[in-house]
Amino acid sequence: MQPERPNNDDKVAGKSSTGVVLLDKARDQGLALKDRALEEAKAYKDPQQTQLWKSIFRVSHDRSDPRNRSLAILSNVFLHLHPAKINRDAVRYGFTWGMGGITFYLFIVLTFTGVLLMFYYHPTKIQAFRDILYLEHDVPFGKLLRNMHRWAAHLMVITTWLHMFRVVLTGSYKRPREFNWCVGVVLLVLTLLLSFTGYLLPDDQLGFWAVTVGTNMARATPLLGSEGPFGPQLGMTPFNDVRFGLLGGSIVDSNALLRSYIWHCIGIPLVASIFMAVHFWRIRKDGGISGPAPVVLETEMKGKK
Amino acid sequence: MDWHQLWVITSTPDNIPIVAMLFLVPFFTWYGLKQARENDQLIEQLEDDPQLAKTHHRKTLPWRPGWARELHVWPYLVRVEFLAAVIVTVILFVWSITLNAPLEEPANPNLTMNPSKAPWYFLGLQEMLVYFDPWIAGVVMPSLIMVGLMVFPYVDSNPLGNGYYTIKQRKFALAMFGIGWVTWILLIIIGTFIRGPGWIWFWPGQTWDHNAVVFDRNVDLHDWFAQNLGLTFLSSDPFKFIFGALVVGGFFLVCGLFLHWLMTRTEFDRKLLARTSLLQYVTFQFFAITVLFALPVKLLLRLLLNIKYVWVTPWFNV
Repeated sequence: MQPERPNNDDKVAGKSSTGVVLLDKARDQGLALKDRALEEAKAYKDPQQTQLWKSIFRVSHDRSDPRNRSLAILSNVFLHLHPAKINRDAVRYGFTWGMGGITFYLFIVLTFTGVLLMFYYHPTKIQAFRDILYLEHDVPFGKLLRNMHRWAAHLMVITTWLHMFRVVLTGSYKRPREFNWCVGVVLLVLTLLLSFTGYLLPDDQLGFWAVTVGTNMARATPLLGSEGPFGPQLGMTPFNDVRFGLLGGSIVDSNALLRSYIWHCIGIPLVASIFMAVHFWRIRKDGGISGPAPVVLETEMKGKK
Repeated sequence: MDWHQLWVITSTPDNIPIVAMLFLVPFFTWYGLKQARENDQLIEQLEDDPQLAKTHHRKTLPWRPGWARELHVWPYLVRVEFLAAVIVTVILFVWSITLNAPLEEPANPNLTMNPSKAPWYFLGLQEMLVYFDPWIAGVVMPSLIMVGLMVFPYVDSNPLGNGYYTIKQRKFALAMFGIGWVTWILLIIIGTFIRGPGWIWFWPGQTWDHNAVVFDRNVDLHDWFAQNLGLTFLSSDPFKFIFGALVVGGFFLVCGLFLHWLMTRTEFDRKLLARTSLLQYVTFQFFAITVLFALPVKLLLRLLLNIKYVWVTPWFNV
């Protein structure tokens, strides 16, 4: 395949002027460069052998090699939460129902759609409701975006509950996973609070009255509420009690909207992320998911620790 | 039978999840219990045949000698997760295209919504407001439920059933969780499908009448005794406080004895009780009685006998 090289020997030295010599030289160099480029291009046919690829992925992804299958998990920042190997029966749908993982996926979906919604939303009494109308009628795919955020939130509550239900039915909260169960209970509460703080944001009748009813209960908090047991005795009034702190005022108004926006978009997601990190970390540290474990018989029950 | 009213309630977009739950919860309950039954049969078989128990792989799932006990996560788990994510995404897209998120009129403090309902997952709390004062229904009970859930693994001293479905080995723990789980779902269903304008009880299929008025005469328990049994002194001041305290104390005593009886019924139960520390026992009794029993009992007292409070004091009413 080598291109034919022009042969300079045939030329009579005397006939060639300086210009022709230079021209020949340039042509030689050009052809050499072409050869080199072709040579290098051949190497690019396999992108996995390039420096760029190797710098990003670090290890070979040849899947026939068991070592590489482990490395695919261990050396990937998004996948390294997994162990390299797992109980062969744990991948069956029947044991976990996949509810914990789906809950986390929905959290990601909600973060993604939520950030997009934030581009169109002002947490002020004047604009909040109009922003929702704008989203529904003018923003391309705005209605889909809002619907998706809403339904993903509902779905997340359902999957969180079903996840908890599965953990109870399989006894997965037992030693050594007791603490992780507690973290999970906190995450359940945070999920509900996230959903509740989001309810007010459209600033419509539905959210307004739901939050009014919800925060009215805070008035009755023992010790800290103006209408709760022992509250008035401790000097609680509608202007300094726990409800006032939640709403930033004594009525559900612009401050309440701003507070619920900040809790919804920054405060609770931040706290929830920290608890999620602990939750996932502890799953690994407590020995991975609990089963399906071999059944233990009553006669094999060990003495109390 | 007002089918249209029923349709209006069930097809409200925000109620779709609870309608879905009506199918999802029974399905997953059946799915879990099916696996529990299979495991229980295996446990019985192994208990009857100690020789088999020594060699059996102890699962109802297929296994052959020579099979690896572990699989590589890549690709066997990652592909399942990927598939789940794709399916959930598709469901979300279809749901979001076919059904719009609700948006009412702009917030108006001068126009009260009737009924004014919380999101469906909080309707259990809202429904509790009927049976308890706000400080109990809105603050104390939710906190007790949260803390009660957290102490659950610490008071369950049964080491069996860790990591596999079973009913046989965990009857008591599952029954206790089941009471709470069912009560909670029941409250949500009542709040969603039954409570109408004015938070009045409308049976499913009954028309929501916005002008309906209910002439319930709710009485306190001591007054109920005073009226029905002629013990009029119970309505006077020191006696009603003492009477209420006795009733609440008696309730704790009776429930405590009942739970203790439940915990000592079989040989296995007694073995578990022997493993339970005093602190575990007392903590469990407290949460089981205040959360799992008090709520349904108060609910029935209110709905069937129109009892408002069982214990009236100058500072708080229960």
